[in-house]
Amino acid sequence: MVDMKKDKNHVLPDSGSTSFAVVGYTVMTIISVVSFIPFWLMFTASISDEMSVLTEGFSLFPRKFSLDAYRSIFRGFEQLLRSYMVTFFVTGVGTLISMLLTSMTGYVLMRQDFKARNRVSFFIYFTSLFSGGVIPTYILYVKYLQLKNSLWALILPCLLSPWNIFLMRNYMRSIPYSLVDAATIDGASDWKTYTKVIMPLCKAGLATVGLFVALTYWNDWYHASLYITNEDLYPLQYLLYRMLSNAEYMKQAAAAGVFLENMVLPSETLKMATAIVVTGPIILLYPFVQKYFVKGIMIGSVKG
Amino acid sequence: MLSPVLAYFIVFSYIPMIGIWLAFTRFDFRLGFFKSPFVGFKNFEYLFKSGILSRLLRNTVLYNLAFLFGGNIVQMVCAVFLSDLKNKKFVKISQNVIFLSYFISWVLVGLFAYALFNVDNGVVNSILRSWGLKEYNFYLKPNSWPPIIIFFQIWKGLGYGSVIYLSVISGIEQEVYESARIDGATKWQQVRHITLPMIRPTFILLIMFNLGSILKGQFQLFYQLVGNNGILFNVTDIIDTYVYRSLTVNFDIGMGSAAGVFQSVFGCILVLSVNTIVRRVSDDLALF
Repeated sequence: MVDMKKDKNHVLPDSGSTSFAVVGYTVMTIISVVSFIPFWLMFTASISDEMSVLTEGFSLFPRKFSLDAYRSIFRGFEQLLRSYMVTFFVTGVGTLISMLLTSMTGYVLMRQDFKARNRVSFFIYFTSLFSGGVIPTYILYVKYLQLKNSLWALILPCLLSPWNIFLMRNYMRSIPYSLVDAATIDGASDWKTYTKVIMPLCKAGLATVGLFVALTYWNDWYHASLYITNEDLYPLQYLLYRMLSNAEYMKQAAAAGVFLENMVLPSETLKMATAIVVTGPIILLYPFVQKYFVKGIMIGSVKG
Repeated sequence: MLSPVLAYFIVFSYIPMIGIWLAFTRFDFRLGFFKSPFVGFKNFEYLFKSGILSRLLRNTVLYNLAFLFGGNIVQMVCAVFLSDLKNKKFVKISQNVIFLSYFISWVLVGLFAYALFNVDNGVVNSILRSWGLKEYNFYLKPNSWPPIIIFFQIWKGLGYGSVIYLSVISGIEQEVYESARIDGATKWQQVRHITLPMIRPTFILLIMFNLGSILKGQFQLFYQLVGNNGILFNVTDIIDTYVYRSLTVNFDIGMGSAAGVFQSVFGCILVLSVNTIVRRVSDDLALF
């Protein structure tokens, strides 16, 4: 009797739910494990002994434990520290400016008394449909704006994206519009409504956009590969990329019998340890920020 | 309030559009933008006749189709299972793990591929050796790359895409499932007759819009995985990598611009036509 009562409060059991659960857990376990293998490999390789990697290759479980790779990172610490500063600066400044401009635009576009809002939306949206392409943009940055080897060449390209602007606007639309009307009736200027009414209410939206932008900046190596040749200005991801591609280049040269002067190959374990160090902050922050990204994707997938 | 943003898009998006002109010139850095000799459609003609363009197009389109259908199917599978498995802890861990790859840079993806597939100490080859098999040099074998590239792209987009499908599934009314259960539908039947039909519009929509951008290549993916490895170009060179090389390696600005313009123009036409078709079906779903 007691059992039956319990059952009533429960949802009705499904037939075929056991096979569903078995298949579901199996499939998801496989997908999760396969997804995780690269990360696991990076980690174990970074704490492996270099000789064991060279003779027997990378393996999923370290054959011989060693922290040598991390020790040698700290020996070449200066370059890494400089790159850390570059990335922090670019990410920080870029994200702040981007949040300010994106929220301002989102605000203007959500104001219903702004008559040209559809035309402006299209003006912004069109840039994601059609573009001059990489080469004209490159010439603009290098020849006309003289931004080669300038940190602005890393900040400007990722500053604004139509996607983020519409994400912001969609988020602001969820705020009751009567608040804007009320503020206007009370005599608040447009700016005041923006700073005092809208901004406090869309902190979560702002955080979401900020995180998307910050992630883009942090992971950007591409613009550095176009615009930065000065080693002092290498951002982290580009530093890692250079290390990997130089190693490959030297390997080929050595195989062809060419000896380069000062040829010091970065060890395999060092590559992995560096990868961990340049990704570290993301992995550390991941548990705390992940939910904002989920929210952002959900708002963003609502049509603009 | 709008002026800085408008100025930004004018300078960094609209002004470079003038640069389309480059595609019709034999660009010379010393002569600059306006003085380089005008050659008409010569660059395009060369790209067509040499077969470069058809190779780039074939690779770009086929890869994108594989990414699109493969990616969406795996994402839907994940979303269907994740939304319905009872052990919430398992679901949470699994979701966190598959979302992780979204957060890392493509440089890291390239490094992962290297660690798995390089001939000297890659995981695959060390396993092969320990089984007494011959090693396999992936970086010299073009045919092994399409599956690898497709795998990494699907892997990277899996978390993001399944969040979209999960949010659609969580929007389905529970009563629908409840009444199906009362009628004796099994779990599999519920998935087949309720969940899948409910996420089908999202699937079709995502496919449609991404078909519009089928000429846009995943530059970072290809460049980090394959780089400038000429041996593999036949199956790995896409429009975007060709343009990038013409700027950084070959210095063939006119040719690169021509490929870029081709991509931009036809890409734009594609998106516009997809949008028109979607609008025919339903006004609400159209992008603009």
